[in-house]
Amino acid sequence: MSTAFIGTGHLIRLILRRDRLRLPLWIVSLTAVTGLSASAVIDVYGTPERIAAYAATVGDSATSDMMNGRPDALDTIGGIVAYETTMTALVVVALMVSFLVVRHTRAEEESGRFELLRGTVTGRHAATAAAVLVAGAASVLVGVLDTAVLMANDLPAGASMLHGAELVGVGFVFTAAAAAAAQVTASSRAALGIVGAFLGVTFLLRGIGDVGENLLTYTSPLGWAQAVRPFGDARWWPILLLLLVAGAILAATAYLTAHRDAGAGLIQPRPGRPRARASLGTAPGLAWRLQRGQVLWWAFGMAVSGALFGSVGPEVLDMVKSNPDLARAIGASGDEIVDSYFATTMAISAVVGTGFGVTSALRLRSEENAGRLEPLLATGMSRTRLATGFLSVTLIGILLELTAMGVAAGVTYAIVSGDSSGAGSLVGAAVALAPACLAVCGVAFLLTGWWPRAALAAWAVLAFAFLQVYLGPLLRMPDWLSAVSPWWHLPRQPLEAFAPAPAFAVLAVALVLGVAGLVGLRRRDIG
Amino acid sequence: MTVIQIAGLEKSFGSVRALDGLDLEVEAGEVHGFLGPNGAGKSTTIRVLLGLLRSDAGTVTMLGGDPWRDAATLHRRIAYVPGDVNLWPNLTGGEVIDLLGRMRGGLDENRRAELLDMFELDPSKKSRTYSKGNRQKVALVAALSTGAELLLLDEPTSGLDPIMESAFRRCVVEAKGRGATVLLSSHILAEVEALCDRVSIIRSGRTVQSGTLAQLRHLTRTTVVAETARRARELSTLPGVHNPEYLDGRVTFDVDSDDLDAAMRVLTAVGLRSLTAHPPTLEELFLRQYGDQVES
Repeated sequence: MSTAFIGTGHLIRLILRRDRLRLPLWIVSLTAVTGLSASAVIDVYGTPERIAAYAATVGDSATSDMMNGRPDALDTIGGIVAYETTMTALVVVALMVSFLVVRHTRAEEESGRFELLRGTVTGRHAATAAAVLVAGAASVLVGVLDTAVLMANDLPAGASMLHGAELVGVGFVFTAAAAAAAQVTASSRAALGIVGAFLGVTFLLRGIGDVGENLLTYTSPLGWAQAVRPFGDARWWPILLLLLVAGAILAATAYLTAHRDAGAGLIQPRPGRPRARASLGTAPGLAWRLQRGQVLWWAFGMAVSGALFGSVGPEVLDMVKSNPDLARAIGASGDEIVDSYFATTMAISAVVGTGFGVTSALRLRSEENAGRLEPLLATGMSRTRLATGFLSVTLIGILLELTAMGVAAGVTYAIVSGDSSGAGSLVGAAVALAPACLAVCGVAFLLTGWWPRAALAAWAVLAFAFLQVYLGPLLRMPDWLSAVSPWWHLPRQPLEAFAPAPAFAVLAVALVLGVAGLVGLRRRDIG
Repeated sequence: MTVIQIAGLEKSFGSVRALDGLDLEVEAGEVHGFLGPNGAGKSTTIRVLLGLLRSDAGTVTMLGGDPWRDAATLHRRIAYVPGDVNLWPNLTGGEVIDLLGRMRGGLDENRRAELLDMFELDPSKKSRTYSKGNRQKVALVAALSTGAELLLLDEPTSGLDPIMESAFRRCVVEAKGRGATVLLSSHILAEVEALCDRVSIIRSGRTVQSGTLAQLRHLTRTTVVAETARRARELSTLPGVHNPEYLDGRVTFDVDSDDLDAAMRVLTAVGLRSLTAHPPTLEELFLRQYGDQVES
């Protein structure tokens, strides 16, 4: 047993060396967002009257419940801070540890580098143990810093600590889940897909449970975390539950590791086609073949999220109808509030969905990194044709995603509300977000053409856009800063009417970025 | 006709000078060996020829075109096998062969089947399950099943077993037979000796020697082992004789080609009883170019 973990210390140092920028960046940005949001909330709602107004309005909206969780202790400033920041922080912690663990386990094994290490004095469990320990330590650090920034904002120490502990618990669960997923498949992409699906499902279960105020919430680790209720009726034992589940998954992971061959997954590969289909042989054909799984899964995910928003829509309407004072207070009619709800949820989904777009626009770069562009460009394929082939799949993927989201939202809203008149405008509103999605893809491709080493910086643009769309109003971002996010320029459909001028302007920016990237790609060295 | 003409080619990566005035000429229909140690610039040269890298200085012509500007059109007439083959993990070997063949403008179906048979490659396996040798075979089948005029092969047999290596040699001979030109970069000297008409040896981004094997050997030393009646002491004073060793009435030494005549006269004067002499192997040639510590 003891030899199975030998070498873990060396591997931990290797992980820290490789991620010496990446990991601090995750931790610092997460802490900064929580800290900034907390002080913004305290700034805006820092008086008893405002706290009461917040509890009356925001605290009872289905959208907020979906995104932020079940409201708790909204009559305290701490409760409002927790409501506004916790769910984002939990999701980011989960993403951080999932990427970290898969990157240092399955991805290493897939690349063959792991074999080099296993040839030295390294135990069977060392790689997993090292990744899990680093991810666990990162989770703890995130929790401690979270406690510190909340206390720095004059929130009670005990509650701040419990809030930090929620993050640690969820970090542990997803660390374990990622380690287990890395054992199941032979490809790191598929492993990430499994953890991503786990995160999506747990988020949805919690969201549906929170909107419907039923027990579904407690099937999700994210639901357990929020059941800690640090600023309300505080209790610590749900954290114990998170730790127990993390421990159980880790035990299962160790069992899986001991019962599989190095390099292989649990799922054995099946033989494939000895000949290529006719469609494989052109640049778009290859790009589609390589990304079709991703395109379809993302479109499915966007459809699920659209269906969810659509089905909750009528509840928003009911809520406004049952509380005419609220509508008057906000200064809007019931229909307007529903439209505003759809505008917000769709924009957020579109930003998340652009995660596919960035991956896809960077695909050429990742092919290059893997050394696979060389044999392609040694054929009769020109760089321009190869790039436009890949970008066409990006474009189709984005349009498919947005359409899927719009149609799903429209259809479910029509079914649940019994009113199908608004369905068309929801589809239109969804598709009208495409220029902004494409502009971010354009940035990714521009970097691919001119600064390939910095290509991953495209993710920073998307992360910023997410912050702007999701928290921009709360953080009171100045206009010049908000303008960096392409979504800020588009009208908030279906609340506002479609405006051709901004749509075409943003589309033109996307096009210019893409063409500029192509010019760069044609000029530079490959490989 | 010259198929590849490179003169004074330079290429730097940041402060690293990968190619430093490299010259290379490959005639139509020949198999040209491209020799050099790791990091000498062989792969960089081939990448320039593929239009993947832009040269900093010098002239490069391939099949009468500019490899950077006319990359896509030239590539219809060439086939390339990289030394380190990376494949799409979720495509099968058969799919990759078809993909590359179609992108090059079509492949010969019969030839494809023959080659799969010859290299004993299972085309229905996913690329992620192939060993290094099998990935190499995928690239070889993809390249050889086209009727390319020019084959650029960058250490193509790394990872192949001896049987597959001889299959590869048959393919190169066949390609030459139908008039194709081959640029073969290699470490395996037996392969170059067996296949190549001419050889260029490069070091630190420069061409140090180029010519037929016979010409290269002419410039070098012959190894002689002789048995003589008396000890041939005068050998040690001859300028072209290196490292004479005397043992039990036998002497072993290396001699420069120009001084072979004088050495023979010394040997016959002391009563020559037996004599063996052999030209340097390419191995020795290679070591002499690079191995500063090589005894000879």
